[in-house]
Amino acid sequence: MRRSFGLEIGTGLFVLLGIAAVIFLATQTTNLEALNAGATYEVNASFTNVGGLNAGAPVTLAGVKIGQVTGIRLDMQSLQAVVTMRISKRFDRIPADSTAAIETQGLLGDQYVGIIPGGSLDSLKGGDTIHFTQPAIVLEKLINQVMANFASPGGKN
Amino acid sequence: MNTESGEASAISIRNLVFERGDRAIFDHVDVEIPRGRITAIMGPSGTGKTTLLGLVTGRLHPSSGDIRVGGLPVQSLRTHELYALRMRMGVLFQNGALLTELSAFENVAFPLREHTDLSESMIHSLVLMKLQAVGLRGAADLMPAELSGGMARRVALARAIVMDPEFIFYDEPFTGLDPISMSAIVRLIRSLHKTLGLTTVIVSHDVDILEHLADDSYLFSEGKVVARGTPDELRKNRSRWVQQFIGGMADGPVPFHYPSREYDEELLGEDQWR
Amino acid sequence: MALIQQQVLRRGRTGLAAFGAAWLFFFRVLALLPRAFMRPLLVVEQVYALGNRTVPLVGLAGFFIGLVLALQLYGVLGRFGAASMLGPIIAITVLRELGPVITALLYAGRGGTALASEIGLMRATEQLSAMEMMAVDPVRRIIAPRFAGGIIAVPILNLLFDVVALFGAWMIAILAMHMDQGVFWGNMQASVGFMDDLVNGIIKSFIFGLAVNLVAVFEGFTAQSTAGGVARATTRTVVIASLAIFALDFVATAFMYQGV
Repeated sequence: MRRSFGLEIGTGLFVLLGIAAVIFLATQTTNLEALNAGATYEVNASFTNVGGLNAGAPVTLAGVKIGQVTGIRLDMQSLQAVVTMRISKRFDRIPADSTAAIETQGLLGDQYVGIIPGGSLDSLKGGDTIHFTQPAIVLEKLINQVMANFASPGGKN
Repeated sequence: MNTESGEASAISIRNLVFERGDRAIFDHVDVEIPRGRITAIMGPSGTGKTTLLGLVTGRLHPSSGDIRVGGLPVQSLRTHELYALRMRMGVLFQNGALLTELSAFENVAFPLREHTDLSESMIHSLVLMKLQAVGLRGAADLMPAELSGGMARRVALARAIVMDPEFIFYDEPFTGLDPISMSAIVRLIRSLHKTLGLTTVIVSHDVDILEHLADDSYLFSEGKVVARGTPDELRKNRSRWVQQFIGGMADGPVPFHYPSREYDEELLGEDQWR
Repeated sequence: MALIQQQVLRRGRTGLAAFGAAWLFFFRVLALLPRAFMRPLLVVEQVYALGNRTVPLVGLAGFFIGLVLALQLYGVLGRFGAASMLGPIIAITVLRELGPVITALLYAGRGGTALASEIGLMRATEQLSAMEMMAVDPVRRIIAPRFAGGIIAVPILNLLFDVVALFGAWMIAILAMHMDQGVFWGNMQASVGFMDDLVNGIIKSFIFGLAVNLVAVFEGFTAQSTAGGVARATTRTVVIASLAIFALDFVATAFMYQGV
């Protein structure tokens, strides 16, 4: 039976290696922490236009991901889109008067919510609403405006 | 002697029919194998002697007929009953069929480890006892690949008797052995039979050896029992077929040539190709 | 015409019978699986033979695939100004598809053939019959532990493949292309889903493991008792297992990623 000793060690190592791999992959490459509901809090923000924002889009502060969008619904009273975000508890010192803006990654990239910090000493808490928002910039409108500006002076000459 | 059913036979086969494809390997065969004796099953190659062992041990199922081993109907047993019956049987396969991943010792220990909760020291002494009986105690640690054909067969024999069976079946035990290994096997079969009181069945076509070994023999050909009796009776049998087989003659009722067209005709027929 | 029809009909019938036999065999093995774990040493032996011994192959393959993926995608993504998405794209392709599929294919070639030929040879040398004659069910003693070892080994091999492939990609991205560490890992964490990508990949790998090991033990167990028979069983294992992997991958993907 002594022959099987090395074999048992080898197999044990193999299985341990598998477990180590799963832990590494889960923590280093995936959004596992975002799934961890206990360590997050929810805030809402109303926008006049969410553009192409989707549930699951990242929420960032100064370019660093701090959470993700969990839902978008239309509030029929104000006729605005209410975006629900889940933010990691690690980031619990965000000023209450911060601004939420819908921004675009690159020129044609996906949209995400960027938080622009304010100056208040109070912090956002679970269930709070962010009052200052900037809607999505719709590229077509922007282009139309630019084209219109171009066209009018040219027409006069 | 037999308390179970009052019959004298350890194994009785009645009206056995076994077909493979559309060829009948056995065609209404009756065999009675008496308890505690050595019975030889003889016949030319390809007459299904090995198939008979498969049927008796329940690995194959007959088309019809009744096979009883120790009074139990083999084909209608449930799996666990069949396995219980097989524990009372030992089989020596043609080439030993040792488990190649296990040493000689572990091969002999295999049935004990599978079926009993004996302590390691008990298994050790039982296995060495059986290996001693076949004269291979010194080869306990060798792997099957390191054993010669004859030695492998002897280890397999030790394995076949390690559970102290009532029946033992030998499938072509003499083929491919040198004369020394051969006489060793013959000696072992005889001594095991004598000391353990086994009901022994030997399937072989080796007439000369069986003459000195078997108490009783069956001669099979083309799916039927051609002759039955002690070796002496067989030799006195006047049937030309039996004489050809016992005498080992190339030509006779069993023709030397496989059935074919006339030789001349086939040779001359080649003209057609030109 | 009638002859061809007859031929096709007979082929179909034997094919169907083999398919049915494979399923019956599968259920028999599954039923005996718990008993295989009652003798863990037999399973451990097989995890070692099938898993540990396949690690170098899977590891090297994963490493090179990671290198190639990173090299290819770095250039292509750069053209669209999306080189920063290199990490997530590689992680998602590896975790979802390449890891499970390539690991299973490599395993079919290394572990699957070993299983089929070993069991086939045991059949050819009457070892399985000898076992039956010793009142030991070969499906319980030989097949079930091998099947158990195999289905444990495949998902672990898949995870190792994933890690090594990402390491290869990391080497190209960071060491050769001087990408930023934070961008590489940060974007990965932002867009790779724990459930969607990692867990689904592991589930896929487990399904492939079931299929490959089943094919291997079935082909070995039903091999004809000749040298040619064992060779055929081995070849069929690779062919059938590979096709099964691709077909199952399609089915699993369709179920898992409807619109994700």
